[in-house]
Amino acid sequence: MSSATPDLSANCAGIKSPNPFWLASAPPTNSGEQIMRAFQYGWGGAVWKTLGQDPPVINVTSRYGALDIGGSKIAGFNNIELITDRPLEDNLKEMLAVKKRFADRAVIASLMVPCERQDWHDITAKVVDAGADGIELNFGCPHGMSERGMGAAVGQVPEYVKMVTEFVKEKSSIPVLVKLTPNVADVRYAARAAKAGGADGVSLINTINSLMGVNLDTLTPKFAVGGKAAHGGYCGPAVKPIALNMVSQIATDPETKGLPISGIGGVSTWSDAAEFMLLGSSSVQLCTAVMHYGFRIIEDLNAGLENWMAAKGFKRLSDFIGVSAPSVTEWKHLNLHHKTVAEIDATTCIGCQLCYVACNDTAHQCIAVDSRGKSRKPVVIQEDCVGCNLCSLVCPVDGCITMKPVETGFKPLTWDEYMKNGMAGYKEVYKRVHG
Amino acid sequence: MDSNSRKIFQENFKEIHPPLRPEEAAVEANRCLYCYDAPCVKACPTHIEIPRFIKQIASGDLTGSAKTIFEANAFGHSCARACPVEVLCEGACVYHDWQEKPISIALLQRRATDEAHAASMEPFEPGPDNGFSVAVVGGGPAGLACASYLRRLGYAVTVFERDKNLGGLNTHGIAEYKMTRKVSTDEVKRILTLGATVKSGVEIGRDIVPEDLLTGFDAVFLGIGLGETKRLGIPGEALRGVWDALSFIRHVKNRDLKPLGQSACTVIIGGGNTAIDAATQAKRTGAKKVVLAYRRAEADMSAYEFERALAKTDGVEFLLNAAPLRVLGKKKAEGVEFARTAVKNGKVVELRGQRHIIKCDRVIKAVGQAKQISVAKALGVELAKDGKIAVDPRTLRSSHPKVFAGGDATSGGKEVVNAAADGKRAAYGIERTLRPGAPLPPGNEYWVSTIDGRQVAPIAPRGKEAAHV
Repeated sequence: MSSATPDLSANCAGIKSPNPFWLASAPPTNSGEQIMRAFQYGWGGAVWKTLGQDPPVINVTSRYGALDIGGSKIAGFNNIELITDRPLEDNLKEMLAVKKRFADRAVIASLMVPCERQDWHDITAKVVDAGADGIELNFGCPHGMSERGMGAAVGQVPEYVKMVTEFVKEKSSIPVLVKLTPNVADVRYAARAAKAGGADGVSLINTINSLMGVNLDTLTPKFAVGGKAAHGGYCGPAVKPIALNMVSQIATDPETKGLPISGIGGVSTWSDAAEFMLLGSSSVQLCTAVMHYGFRIIEDLNAGLENWMAAKGFKRLSDFIGVSAPSVTEWKHLNLHHKTVAEIDATTCIGCQLCYVACNDTAHQCIAVDSRGKSRKPVVIQEDCVGCNLCSLVCPVDGCITMKPVETGFKPLTWDEYMKNGMAGYKEVYKRVHG
Repeated sequence: MDSNSRKIFQENFKEIHPPLRPEEAAVEANRCLYCYDAPCVKACPTHIEIPRFIKQIASGDLTGSAKTIFEANAFGHSCARACPVEVLCEGACVYHDWQEKPISIALLQRRATDEAHAASMEPFEPGPDNGFSVAVVGGGPAGLACASYLRRLGYAVTVFERDKNLGGLNTHGIAEYKMTRKVSTDEVKRILTLGATVKSGVEIGRDIVPEDLLTGFDAVFLGIGLGETKRLGIPGEALRGVWDALSFIRHVKNRDLKPLGQSACTVIIGGGNTAIDAATQAKRTGAKKVVLAYRRAEADMSAYEFERALAKTDGVEFLLNAAPLRVLGKKKAEGVEFARTAVKNGKVVELRGQRHIIKCDRVIKAVGQAKQISVAKALGVELAKDGKIAVDPRTLRSSHPKVFAGGDATSGGKEVVNAAADGKRAAYGIERTLRPGAPLPPGNEYWVSTIDGRQVAPIAPRGKEAAHV
C-alpha cells in the first residue's frame, strides 16, 4: 500500500499503541508469554490480567460458560474467574520482559487491592517500575472479588471510585484509566467520580452479573462448580448494545464529555470496534472473540478497520473518533413528524411471510397477504404502516424490506418543543399519526 | 443369505440418503426460516406442520417433533425415506426462490422419527371404546393409517391382510436403497400398539365372504391397493426370465437373490417410477447391462426427473420411442423385439420397417398395475370408468353408505404419503358418518385439523383482510 494507507496508531488517555486493539484484562493476558505471542500477531496493547496482593487468589473449576443461540456458538460468555492467581513478582518480572521486547506496544497494568491508600501506593509504584505504560483500576469485576470489598463493590459507589482514583493518581507517573462496572443504575455517576478523582480516562464496560442457565437433566445451574453456581460476569457479542449505550452516555454527558474512553463489550470484529470509536472510544479492548478464536484475529481487525477507513477517506483514528456521539440524544429530542414506511421488494421476496405474521400478530397489522392465495408475497398497507422496522428485521433476505422516508409536510417537532409550547400542535401530530 | 448376496447388499444397497448426525440436524433445523402458512406444509398430502417439527428439533424436543409428525402422518417414519420430497415438501421450500438448497425436510423428519422408534414410542393412545367397529381391508399404508386414527377415536378395528406381512407396498415395494423392510415393519408395529386386531393371510372372497364385512361391522374401509402388474399382451410373455416388476422388487426386498439368477442384460419395459426402481435394483443386484425401454420420449415418462437421473447414474441405458412386439426365446427369454415409435396426435404409432432386437436374458414388466375390482364389486360399490373405486373426495365414502376407500384403490397408484393421507381422511369420514354431531374424543382435534391443513383463525383487525392489492 502507498502513503494513502490509513494510520491506525492510537492514543487513549496518553497511552499510545500502534493500533487501537488492546487485549482486555482477562485470561488471554494472564502471562507475559501469552502477551508476547499476542504482540507477535500484532495486537496494539494488552491490559494485564488484574494484579493484586500476594498471596494470590485461588480459582475454582469450572470457570466459564457460554450462551449459544440458534446454532451460533458463544453469543454470550460468562466467567467466574478471579484476578491473577500468579504471584505478583512473577507478573512484574514478565511485564518488564514484555516491555523490553515490545517497546512500541501498550502494556497496561490492571490493579485491584483493598481500599487502603498505602496498598494502592505500593502496587502503583511497582507497576510503574515494571515499565507499564498505563494503569487500569479494576472497579468492575462483579464476582468473587466484589464479595471481598473490591472490584464492582468499589465501582458501584462513586465516592469510593473517586477516593481510590485519587490514591493512585497521588503516586502514578503514568496515565490511569478507571474500568467501570455496568452493574449500576446510571454509569455516568461513576464516570464523573473517576474524572473528579483525576482519572486520565475510563474503560467500559466490565462484565454484567449473570447466571447462564439451568441444566434440565440435573436441575442444577449450568456451568456449575460441583453442583453449585455463583453469578458470574457476562460479556461477548450479546452485550455490545449495552456497552455502546454506556460509552455514548459518557461521551455525551456534559460533565465527562472529552474524557478518553477505552471501549469494551462484545467487540468481535473491526466493525464493532469502529462503532465503539465512532461513539467516542479512542481504543477498544477485546476478550471473548479472542477466547473463541485466538490471537490471530488481530490481523483481520487491523485489515478491516484500515479498509473501512480508506473507503471512508479517514486518514487517522482521530478523523472519526466520537463523530457519531452527537447523534445520540434523549427521546424527547426526536422528531415526532419523522415518518418512514416499509417497502417490500417483490423481486427478491421469497414468500416466507415472516414479516406478515410478525406485523399482524405483534406489531401494527399493516401487512397483507393475498387472501386468494395466488401470491405468497406480502404487501405493505402503506397508509397504515407506522414504520416500526419489525418486518425488515425479521426478513431473511438482505435488502428485501427497506424503510423509506416519507415527507409528511410538517416542520420537525420534538416532544420537548411540543411541551414547551404548551402542547400546541397536538391535534396535528395526533392526526398525522392516527389519521 | 449367501455371502455373495450379503456382499452385494453391503456394497450396492447403502442408504441413498444416510441419516443426519445430531449436530448436522441441529444446523439444518436452525436453517429453517419457520415460514408462516408454509408452502412445504401445503405441499405435503398429510399436511405435517413441517416448520413446527423442525423448530422442535432445533429446540431439542425430539419427542414433541415426532409427535407433530405422527399426528399428521401415521407413516411419518417411512415417508421420511419413501417420499419423493423433491416434488413435495422440499420442492416447495422458499429457499428455492433464493437459489439456495432447500431444507432437508426428509432427513430432519427421519431424525425425529428414528429417535421415536429407538425409544419404541407410539405417542398416542386409543380412544375410549365408542361401541362401533370397522373392518379395514388391506394392511398397507392407507388401511393402517385409517386403523390408527380410528383406534384413537375409540373404534374397534379389524385389519384384514391377504399377505402374511403387513405394510403393503411400503413393506414390499420401496426400493431397498431408499428404505429397508425393517423401517416399514417397525412402523407397522408402532401403529399396532394402538390395538387394532390383525387378521393376516386372510383374503376377502377366498377366506371371508365379502357380505359378512357389511353385516359384521359398522363400516368398512377398503385400502386394497391395485392388482397384478398389467400384461404386455405380446408373444413370449410367459417365457422363463420374464418378471413383473413388483415380484422382482419383492425378491430384492427379501434379500433373496438366488431366484433372480444372473443377468448379462436385463430389459425393463415401462416409464414409471416402478420401472426405475426395477432398473436400478436390477443393476445393483449385478445385471451387467440394464436397458429401460419406453414407448415415448423421456419427457413423457411418469417417473420423476430425479428418479431418471438416479437410473442414469446407476448406468441404466434408456431406449426411448420403442414399443415391445414380442419376447424372443424358446423356453427362456433371449431378447425383445421392438418397433420404433413416434407420437402422432398424442398417440403412439409404430414406424414401419424400423424393428430391432435387443438381446437379453431377463425382461421386467413395469407397465402399471391392474385395478383390483372383485372385492369392491362384491360389496356393491360403484367403480369409476377407469376401474378406480369412486369416492366422495371430502369423506372418501363410496357409493355404499357403509363403505369407505382410499389409497391406490381410489387414486390408481400414488405415493405412500397419499395413502396415509387418505387413511386419515377416511377415518374422520367414518367418524362423522357413524357419530354425526358427537364431540371428538379428547386428543383428536389436532390430527383432524391437519386433514385439509391447519387453518389460521381469519381474524383481521379493522377489516384489513380485504385490503390486499
